Amino acid sequence: MTLGFFPTDRIASWSRLGIRHQSIGRPRFVSDLSAWSGGQAGPRLAIGSRRSYSDVGLADGGRLVDMTGLQRFRSFDADTGVLVAEAGVTLDSILTTFVPRGFFVPVTPGTRFVTLGGAVANDVHGKNHGCAGTFGCHVRSLVLERSDEGRIRVSPDEHGDLFAATIGGLGLTGVILEVELQLQRIPSAFLDTETIACRNLDQLCDLLEASEADYEHSVAWIDCTATGAALGRGILSRANWSNQGDFRVHRTPRKSVPSDRMDGLLNPVTLKIFNTVYYGLGRMTAGRAIRHYEPLFYPLDAILNWNRLYGRAGLYQYQCVIPRDAGRRPVARLLERIAASGEGSFLAVLKSFGNVASPGMLSFPRQGLTLALDFRNRGNRTLDLLRDLDAFVEEAAGRLYPAKDIRIPRKMFESGYPALGRFATHVDPNCCSDFWKRMSQ
Amino acid sequence: MKRIVVLGALSEIAEATCRLFAAEGARMVLVGRDATRLEDVAADLRVRGATQVVTEAMDLVSADPEPLLERWKGLLGGVDLILLAYGVLGDQRKLEADLREAAKLIDTNFRSAALWSVATANMLEAQRAGTLIVIGSVAGDRGRQSNYLYGATKGGLGILVQGLAHRLAPSGAHALLIKPGFVDTAMTAHIPNKGALWSSPEKIAKHIRKAAEKRSPIVYAPAYWRVIMTIIQAVPTPIFHRTRL
Repeated sequence: MTLGFFPTDRIASWSRLGIRHQSIGRPRFVSDLSAWSGGQAGPRLAIGSRRSYSDVGLADGGRLVDMTGLQRFRSFDADTGVLVAEAGVTLDSILTTFVPRGFFVPVTPGTRFVTLGGAVANDVHGKNHGCAGTFGCHVRSLVLERSDEGRIRVSPDEHGDLFAATIGGLGLTGVILEVELQLQRIPSAFLDTETIACRNLDQLCDLLEASEADYEHSVAWIDCTATGAALGRGILSRANWSNQGDFRVHRTPRKSVPSDRMDGLLNPVTLKIFNTVYYGLGRMTAGRAIRHYEPLFYPLDAILNWNRLYGRAGLYQYQCVIPRDAGRRPVARLLERIAASGEGSFLAVLKSFGNVASPGMLSFPRQGLTLALDFRNRGNRTLDLLRDLDAFVEEAAGRLYPAKDIRIPRKMFESGYPALGRFATHVDPNCCSDFWKRMSQ
Repeated sequence: MKRIVVLGALSEIAEATCRLFAAEGARMVLVGRDATRLEDVAADLRVRGATQVVTEAMDLVSADPEPLLERWKGLLGGVDLILLAYGVLGDQRKLEADLREAAKLIDTNFRSAALWSVATANMLEAQRAGTLIVIGSVAGDRGRQSNYLYGATKGGLGILVQGLAHRLAPSGAHALLIKPGFVDTAMTAHIPNKGALWSSPEKIAKHIRKAAEKRSPIVYAPAYWRVIMTIIQAVPTPIFHRTRL
């Protein structure tokens, strides 16, 4: 079967910004893709579940290879927990199959609907960065389909440089066909959790740091509307896998945002109300509990298409990391600027990255504090705000997350990722994305 | 633990259905044309929990059903379920212009599928147990200018399965026809802008899994297609002929 490509203008990033004219083909078997790849020149980009907020998964005028048809497991070793699977397999389907057998993905982002290939290409991180590092730390090997070299297996020992370029390589080093991943053994599908309300940023950061030693997972929700003495107040939650409980799998979400015509729902007033109420509820319900992994790791997955809440105009997601040396002051300045704007999101998140080195040349995480939140798209007003935030990040020698930021300035990308030059030598000559066009031309 | 033979195991609907059975520990024979692809599917089903997966690469259209069914029955130690999932959609305009292509479509979708169904029914009737599930289509409910050749093969197959269900009723074995509506598969990848009526192969698979335990000979997937097709069949001819359906 040859791989057919069909034009579409309906594929956007998760932030729903801008319309692209692309064509898309969906191979169902690795052999379809290989047969096509060898004889075909022209720009291509492999895409997965399209959960990235930025343009790393878009290619205006180009060909998108939809990898979600390659969703097969290849092998699993129950003794070692090593899984080999096609790149289109989602974390959701890994959990569905392996949680009942006592295994979990070693690192998970805030949505389980991403593919393995996407998790590798963006070297995603989770709430357990302090002890587990990034997703790429648990990838034992990859199979790539390159337009120039054909099929090639890469690992830390085999073509180590190309491996390091591919981890966090934004899909530019060839099409990722297959991933060999070390799964994590879990004692149950539940976690012993503790939530603590923190009155200000210092308290929150102190607690995040203090949690690193004894807690595998930690994350803080932050009230991005609080100011003054309450600046940076939030709810910290930390957790360890529990010995109590069964191995039940998460439920399939049934709720969905039906329409993107509810633009008015998110505004400074509702934002203030939500954040205040959420903080208040958090304070009241703080304490210890045993909770299933689903609400803890994937609160937003309960509502499909939650990005529609931001209306037709879409949203901007902003995630930066402030290196540990720079301290907390830059985070405070970011929060001051955001609170003053009245913009921000229901779910602003502050996490601490530990000192596990990221394996990819373009991996985002480095030791320090990372702040992530969304902004509704109000055109230049939003862009101005983000530029102000950029300045604080730059001053602190921090960097932005390509998977999240659709407008990351080239200068900041270059200064934030010193291995960029080395990375560029590994880019597949026929792979291209809108993101890469912005950064390289 | 079910013992299952899948004819056309490389179809997306068949594969999604196999995954559900694999998770239950089923034993399976997967039949399809391409050995490499069948092995991809088989490896996946083994990881998902299938107790046994055997692959058989062959062209079902030219194969001889009876000895093969006997062999597979031997391999699995009996057969509880046979899923017939192969078929081609074809391009109506090309089929009209090239009758040899039309003949091939009829050969695949109807002649061979009908013979496999009858051979299966013979086996199930003799063992007085087991289920034959055939994938039909809502396109078989009313002839339309855009796909009447495909529709006719699926409609014909539907009549055949209905007859088999009638014949098998006293024996304890079953035959049933699944009629999926619009399904988002490689077969329909060329259709842009799919709306609310489209289902994923996984969703159809869940309907098939459920239907396998029921006695109803005709199952629309999802069920609302029964309503839609009732309405479409009720549209008076003069009006219907003015549409481009």
